[in-house]
Amino acid sequence: MEKKITSPLSEAEARALHCGDNVLISGVIYTGRDAAHKRLVDLLKEGKELPIDVKDAIIYYVGPAPAQPGQVIGSAGPTTSYRMDAYAPALLDLGLRGMIGKGKRSPEVIASMVKNKAVYFGAIGGAGALLAKCIKKAEVIAYDDLGAEAIRRLEVENLPAVVIIDSEGNNLYETGRQDYLSMGK
Amino acid sequence: MKEIRAEQITQVVRDLCIEANCHLPGDIKTAISQCRACEPFPIAQTVLGKIEENFTIADQDNVPICQDTGLACVFLEIGQDVHIEGNLKDAVDEGVRRGYTEGYLRKSCVGDPIERVNTKDNSPAVLYCDVIEGDQLKITVAPKGFGSENMSQIKMLKPSDGLQGVKDFILKVVEDAGPNPCPPIVVGVGIGGTFDKAALLAKKALMRPVDQRSEKPFYAELEQELLEKINGLGIGPQGFGGKTTALAVNIETLPTHIAGLPCAVNINCHVTRHKSAVL
Ligand code: SF4
Repeated sequence: MEKKITSPLSEAEARALHCGDNVLISGVIYTGRDAAHKRLVDLLKEGKELPIDVKDAIIYYVGPAPAQPGQVIGSAGPTTSYRMDAYAPALLDLGLRGMIGKGKRSPEVIASMVKNKAVYFGAIGGAGALLAKCIKKAEVIAYDDLGAEAIRRLEVENLPAVVIIDSEGNNLYETGRQDYLSMGK
Repeated sequence: MKEIRAEQITQVVRDLCIEANCHLPGDIKTAISQCRACEPFPIAQTVLGKIEENFTIADQDNVPICQDTGLACVFLEIGQDVHIEGNLKDAVDEGVRRGYTEGYLRKSCVGDPIERVNTKDNSPAVLYCDVIEGDQLKITVAPKGFGSENMSQIKMLKPSDGLQGVKDFILKVVEDAGPNPCPPIVVGVGIGGTFDKAALLAKKALMRPVDQRSEKPFYAELEQELLEKINGLGIGPQGFGGKTTALAVNIETLPTHIAGLPCAVNINCHVTRHKSAVL
């Protein structure tokens, strides 16, 4: 059973999500990966305003393939999240509510998520063709020079994801494996 | 002596870049479907189903299976009776340039590892050339994503570490990688040779079909044993738990020095791509 959620996501909605939940995400989300994150955090250090409002927002760690003629966007699956770990806590402190990616997060990110009541979603890594079909509109809103790494505003419909780490810090990468290994014992 | 023009090579490399990125090899598709049928863990079954759906969409719509269309690794097997007219390296790089641009593939190559400015056309290729007998040229394009490449490791084991050391190291690499390289993975292993050669063997191992065991019975058995051990770790598809952590372990070996036991493990994701053509 999938839970339908809409982005921007409130704190109350985030708290209602639990590790292992299957969700379908609709609404507006932003893309950002290595280079864009570096620029965002550099702006914060300089005390400048960010090009996106991160309060209650969800950032999707993705560098999409170029759109073919007639496509909204090219294949667009998640990239490995740990490369954004150095930058995520600064954005979470500003109210970032969710991150979509794949792979492990650092203890610092998880602690910041618990403090700020945020959620880490996993989309299926390598399912870029499937995930692109859930993106209905895409527009570059910052750092066009970064190409695939530019920040895009996406309108998504029923993008499938799984809650990997919830706002209490429960982690599917630990519990899922334990559940499987204790199956039939 | 057979003449092959550089322009022919460019055209073939272009086409192979696009083909490899949009159409998963049949052996990988079959392995994923078979694993789904034997996967006892519900969330893992769901994930494998979505992965099947994804490669079917990519096939039908001619779109990249994954947005990370990789660094373009190109392997040439050049018959010693072939003469290439024109600049071979330039011809390959031009093929990559055209393939990635005309095929709407993602350009993921930076020109310098520290400066990190994108080359904007995914060139240059990571190029390997082997000279073989005959008058044919075999070209293989194997786009390599870095989610899995980053999880690869090499270790200069001691001869006294022996077989057990090799097994422990391979399992450790898979364990360290966990969910990051988009499991189910293919594990390419290179044992022996030198530091560099072991790594190259591991990469070449990834191009062997996953349903084909090593020709050497000892290593065929080792591949099977390691696959079972890896699939007993419980990492599962995407790391959400389950049986299907790896589709195959492919091991290649070479003679080595009396003082050494190099062991390289190159991890690939379920999007293990490669496509070949012969000129
Ligand atoms: S590791 Fe493979 S499947 Fe995962 S994002 Fe990279 S290329 Fe795609």
